[in-house]
Amino acid sequence: MKRFIGFLKKEFYHIFRDKRSMLILFGMPIVQLLLFGFVITNDLKDVKMAVVDHSKDEYTSEIINKITSSGYFKLVKSLDGIAQVDELFRKGETKLVLVFEPDFGKNFIKGSKASVQILTDASEPNMASLEVNYLQGILQNYNLEINRGKIVPSQISTQTRMYFNPNMESVYMFVPGIMATILMLVSAMMTSISIAREKEMGTMEILLVSPLRPLQIILGKVTPYLFLSFINALVIVGMGYFVFGVPVLGSFALLMAESLLFILMALSLGIFISTVSDSQQVAMMLSMFALMLPTILLSGFIFPLRNMPVPLQIISHIIPPRWFIIIIKNIMLKGSGFEFVWKETLILIGMTAGFIGLSVKKFKIRLE
Amino acid sequence: MNSDKKVISVRNLTKKFGSFTANDDLSFDVYQGEIFGFLGANGAGKTTAMKILCGLSYPTSGEIMVAGLDVYKQREELKRNIGYMSQKFSLYEDLTVFENIRFYAGIYGMSLKDIKLKSDDLLKKLDLVHARNKRIGELPLGWKQKLAFSVAIFHNPEIVFLDEPTGGVDPVTRRQFWDLIYEASRNGITVFVTTHYMDEAEYCNRVSIMVDGRIEALDTPEGLKNKFDAKDMDEVFLRLARKSNYKE
Repeated sequence: MKRFIGFLKKEFYHIFRDKRSMLILFGMPIVQLLLFGFVITNDLKDVKMAVVDHSKDEYTSEIINKITSSGYFKLVKSLDGIAQVDELFRKGETKLVLVFEPDFGKNFIKGSKASVQILTDASEPNMASLEVNYLQGILQNYNLEINRGKIVPSQISTQTRMYFNPNMESVYMFVPGIMATILMLVSAMMTSISIAREKEMGTMEILLVSPLRPLQIILGKVTPYLFLSFINALVIVGMGYFVFGVPVLGSFALLMAESLLFILMALSLGIFISTVSDSQQVAMMLSMFALMLPTILLSGFIFPLRNMPVPLQIISHIIPPRWFIIIIKNIMLKGSGFEFVWKETLILIGMTAGFIGLSVKKFKIRLE
Repeated sequence: MNSDKKVISVRNLTKKFGSFTANDDLSFDVYQGEIFGFLGANGAGKTTAMKILCGLSYPTSGEIMVAGLDVYKQREELKRNIGYMSQKFSLYEDLTVFENIRFYAGIYGMSLKDIKLKSDDLLKKLDLVHARNKRIGELPLGWKQKLAFSVAIFHNPEIVFLDEPTGGVDPVTRRQFWDLIYEASRNGITVFVTTHYMDEAEYCNRVSIMVDGRIEALDTPEGLKNKFDAKDMDEVFLRLARKSNYKE
């Protein structure tokens, strides 16, 4: 045990003395959170919008006013018809066109349906859906305001067939996503690099010749990162809660237990990567391509899985963060208990066991 | 050589990787306090044999006792009784001199009190007292190497294995390094060293030369020179190594 503690101490020295490690460990989560939190969410600011007003009455101008004063949209053009829309989108002069039907105001007053068409530039599907959501929210609000105290309710119908989200979904998404990314990065990438470094420097041989058992060496390598990753998980959830108001509706203990499981999974993946790479560089590249990119692209963190081509959707099933993100989204945002996430939990446990098994096998081959 | 006590005893060691035979029926003994040179061209099987002696790898067959322990069955005890220094540099660059000593001595189970006492003596001897709290990365290579050797024998092992310990070091530092080796040998530590510097082979008590996985010669440097009618070890080595070429 004393030997093991000595080993742990050494590992912490390595981490605390390496500026790069410290930066990844503590700078990265905070910077990413702030970036995603502020940049992505506030990205919906002054979205260029054009209007085709076939009605030109007080209601349409009031609605346009509401929309532009929200700060999310900026009116850049008034058009006579939708003929030029295609070209405008192509040039990027506008992202969104609002089309009021003729007699919009009349229909609105009468209480029959007044319809509005939203045309969006869908080359950026996520942004487009976000924009539509915001726009619909504003229209709905306006509608409610007008209807207050009226006997015959007025109605605005919009013709984009996206159901109304409380438009916060994508804002909340980044906390689970960043949690998965950071834990993956810290746990898998940093352990694999730190083990590969011992191999590269030749110190691994010395450790293997010493009375330390291979298991002790691995545990010694992994424990600091387990500890630091867990702190990171706390920091991310804490910042999400206090800075961005992302709630933890479900059990906090369950959330932390699941995070711990995911960290263990990432650590065993890191060990596995280190058994197949002999230098820090290889470990780094493997982690980058095998972990970081899929974590960001295929986990459903930034790009919704349902929009992806089927082959990519299938591949996404073997991406561990996909399952972790489902789990924490459920716990944090929907307040689900274990009975709703046990399947995903089981998948993560299976993956952890798989990576450990593979590493042990690889390690034995090396000894022979 | 100051003892008849066998510290390493190897009988019919064979190691195969698939159809390739890395070590072919090796048999030799090494005695306590001896400086035993283990020579051979690259790929002759030196490192493989050394790994087996250190308990890092299992032999395919053969009886091998190191420090009176069986390398098959008593691996854990064996590891406590040996020291090892590899051709790659083996101290942690981002730890200080003392932290390195404390770490390595710690994993061999020495108490902090012993470590402190002994490291003070060691640093005095190496003239490194001023560098106690300096990071290894700041020291010149020669000092690092000497320190690495001292750390490898810090826990007083019966045998220390040195895998090309002086690669890339200037001749003066190499000479100083060998002074440390002699001192360890006088203190009863057996030194098992691989090298490809032939002048270093002359410093050994006995030398074995491996060619294609077999030991082709084993004797004192004097004995070998007489036997092969050579003026120095370089010549002895070349004659033996040439055998390998004929075969191919």
